[in-house]
Amino acid sequence: MATAFAPTKLTATLPLHGSQENRLVLPIRLAPHSSFLGSTRSLTLHSSRRLNHAHATRRSPPVVGVQEVVKEKKSINSLLITKEEGLVLYEDMILGRSFEDMCAQMYYRGKMFGFVHLYNGQEAVSTGFIKLLTKSDSVVSTYRDHVHALSKGVSARAVMSELFGKVTGCCRGQGGSMHMFSKEHNMLGGFAFIGEGIPVATGAAFSSKYRRDVLKQDCEDVTVAFFGDGTCNNGQFYECLNMAALWKLPIIFVVENNLWAIGMSHLRATSDPEIWKKGPAFGMPGVHVDGMDVLKVREVAKEAVTRARRGEGPTLVECETYRFRGHSLADPDELRDAAEKAKYAARDPIAALKKYLIENKLVKEAELKSIEKKIDELVEEAVEFADASPQPGRSQLLENVFADPKGFGIGPDGRYRCEDPKFTEGTAQV
Amino acid sequence: MSAILQGAGAGAAAALSPFNSIDSNKLVAHSRSSLSVRSKRYIVAGSDEGTNKSFGSSSLIARRSQPLMIPNAVAATKADTASSSTPSKSGHELLLFEALQEGLEEEMDRDPHVCVMGEDVGHYGGSYKVTKGLADKFGDLRVLDTPICENAFTGMGIGAAMTGLRPVIEGMNMGFLLLAFNQISNNCGMLHYTSGGQFTIPVVIRGPGGVGRQLGAEHSQRLESYFQSIPGIQMVACSTPYNAKGLMKAAIRSENPVILFEHVLLYNLKESIPDEEYICNLEEAEMVRPGEHITILTYSRMRYHAMQAAKTLVNKGYDPEVIDIRSLKPFDLHTIGNSVKKTHRVLIVEECMRTGGIGASLTAAINENFHDYLDAPVMCLSSQDVPTPYAGTLEEWTVVQPAQIVTAVEQLCQ
Repeated sequence: MATAFAPTKLTATLPLHGSQENRLVLPIRLAPHSSFLGSTRSLTLHSSRRLNHAHATRRSPPVVGVQEVVKEKKSINSLLITKEEGLVLYEDMILGRSFEDMCAQMYYRGKMFGFVHLYNGQEAVSTGFIKLLTKSDSVVSTYRDHVHALSKGVSARAVMSELFGKVTGCCRGQGGSMHMFSKEHNMLGGFAFIGEGIPVATGAAFSSKYRRDVLKQDCEDVTVAFFGDGTCNNGQFYECLNMAALWKLPIIFVVENNLWAIGMSHLRATSDPEIWKKGPAFGMPGVHVDGMDVLKVREVAKEAVTRARRGEGPTLVECETYRFRGHSLADPDELRDAAEKAKYAARDPIAALKKYLIENKLVKEAELKSIEKKIDELVEEAVEFADASPQPGRSQLLENVFADPKGFGIGPDGRYRCEDPKFTEGTAQV
Repeated sequence: MSAILQGAGAGAAAALSPFNSIDSNKLVAHSRSSLSVRSKRYIVAGSDEGTNKSFGSSSLIARRSQPLMIPNAVAATKADTASSSTPSKSGHELLLFEALQEGLEEEMDRDPHVCVMGEDVGHYGGSYKVTKGLADKFGDLRVLDTPICENAFTGMGIGAAMTGLRPVIEGMNMGFLLLAFNQISNNCGMLHYTSGGQFTIPVVIRGPGGVGRQLGAEHSQRLESYFQSIPGIQMVACSTPYNAKGLMKAAIRSENPVILFEHVLLYNLKESIPDEEYICNLEEAEMVRPGEHITILTYSRMRYHAMQAAKTLVNKGYDPEVIDIRSLKPFDLHTIGNSVKKTHRVLIVEECMRTGGIGASLTAAINENFHDYLDAPVMCLSSQDVPTPYAGTLEEWTVVQPAQIVTAVEQLCQ
């Protein structure tokens, strides 16, 4: 292809709606129960905030409040999921929750160290998005990445071993809690600095587009980037929104807005706290969804993923969610209101899904119980496996620094340093 | 005359073309067979910088008549002037930025996964014309004009590299890459390690740096000193059209992330380079002028100041050995060590600042490894620890000039 981007195309207005039939074009309406509770003030929602259809066709892509979508669907008596799907979602969320609870136990028993950030309460976002992806789609996360890795298919054993710092960990014990990577499952990390994963995700999406448009391969892979509300004040976020929209990269930006960046309330840090609005500023749809409800998240995710696969470009999805535990296991979590915590605990995504499945007679209680038991055993087994695994030996110290160890250079004796036997023992000076 | 060779397998030196005289005592062959993964044969030629002119000098070319695989032999002769050069049988003359472009284009032809990203690399052809014409040939996606967001597009290149592409990321000026430090340090350097070796980052990050002609402080930075501690990256600096093309190709083919430092003032250097394909070894230094009295270690633009000083020194009766270290990280301690063992005196001439520069690290490395062979303390001539001033006179005084090199050599050789 001689020129993928003719200059004129770059300045044309973006096609905003894609295929009209499937578009959920609704006026934006944030229902009262989704008002944010902050410890300093509440966000009052203006009921007059509606998106004019005329405006939607002008420049900003439509934004969708998903509560209405779900209500509409329910009212015509069709269910959002089948039984099989329901069980998959339930199992994934239970896995996430049990695993994180076990992490807390193991941390306080001195089996893992450092910074460990748990995902309790946010399972609906991970499950809602990642269970729609294929193995070759990519996921990029932050330091709160255990559950993203698990949802993507990395085994509990591999993640637990990594947390214990054992060789059998998914990163050979070299990464730790904040660096969960899996080439096999296309989990591209695990990043310690917030925001630094978003460009990586943009690059993975760029690869997909490159494969399709330059290498002429059949590539429909999408990338989902997860990050928090704090990250949405970081420059890398905006730089990537711009590039992704500019080149219509197959990426979904998922904001896990849990209202708190360690001890900084989102409302105290952000001039305009409604993050979904920042999507249209860059020319992509911005969607706000109740992140405590896995079915709502899933519906939005389906739309966003389909958009990306069709080559229509990125979507910004803001999931209103909450973390039940502190920022990390070292965080005393003193700043958050007890009332706020209680409010969100009542919206526990696992309890909500359970209620939905049982009320709609999709499953029986016993089936759910057996899933919980199975997961309990799985997580126990993962701990046993991690406990029994060996710690890395000295010889591992210098491995994996370079893909090509010639990068350590040539020593005084004329040989490459990596040829030195001490190198493989890990005792060489490099 | 120097020839730097790359090859697989052990072997003796092949017959050389007639105008090349080889001192067999200086021929050092090393077995690198266990490491080389290349089965391709290369014809490798060397270039020599033996004149006192900084720009526009033609060079003597050594050509091997047969494509033999010779493991990293360093052949050196005493000839240090170009006036006795015989024009090579084939080869083409070009400027350094064209050599970079040629190397890049050849690699893009060879592997469709190689792509370029940076500001104004596409339609504009690159602010120093290194990517001129490539967008027309390869398209706007393979030669990607990015918005001005170094951190994000460097990270994007890294993400693309993790997922199978081989991006060449251009910093319009190396100084701009300060904005990409997060990505370069954390993801480029360390991600291979933190992922337990699962993901490779075969990126090349390149761009012009160094002190130019009154470009002002911020456009005159030497980022090699800031990046050198980052584990997991390699840094090379090119200085001639020959090694520019060779290092560009080697960097692109390397599985490691490589930062290729070019210099703003060297883009118009002219030289004749071989027609045949060749690459330069990323980890090796280049012998520019063999000598006996003192080892001068330098790189990039200071190579030319050193060679200019060498001319003066020769007239004064000294015999300096000038080595272009080329590989800033890791250092080629073999070539450097052999030289130190021969001359026992070391002068480092660099453009980095005095504090924390490449010279500082090199001084430490030499003292650590070759202390017994030194007859005098290692001397390091660096730029002053000042922001590069705009005024021409002040700028001249911040960088090392040939006269200072001459004085330093005289001092060391007392």
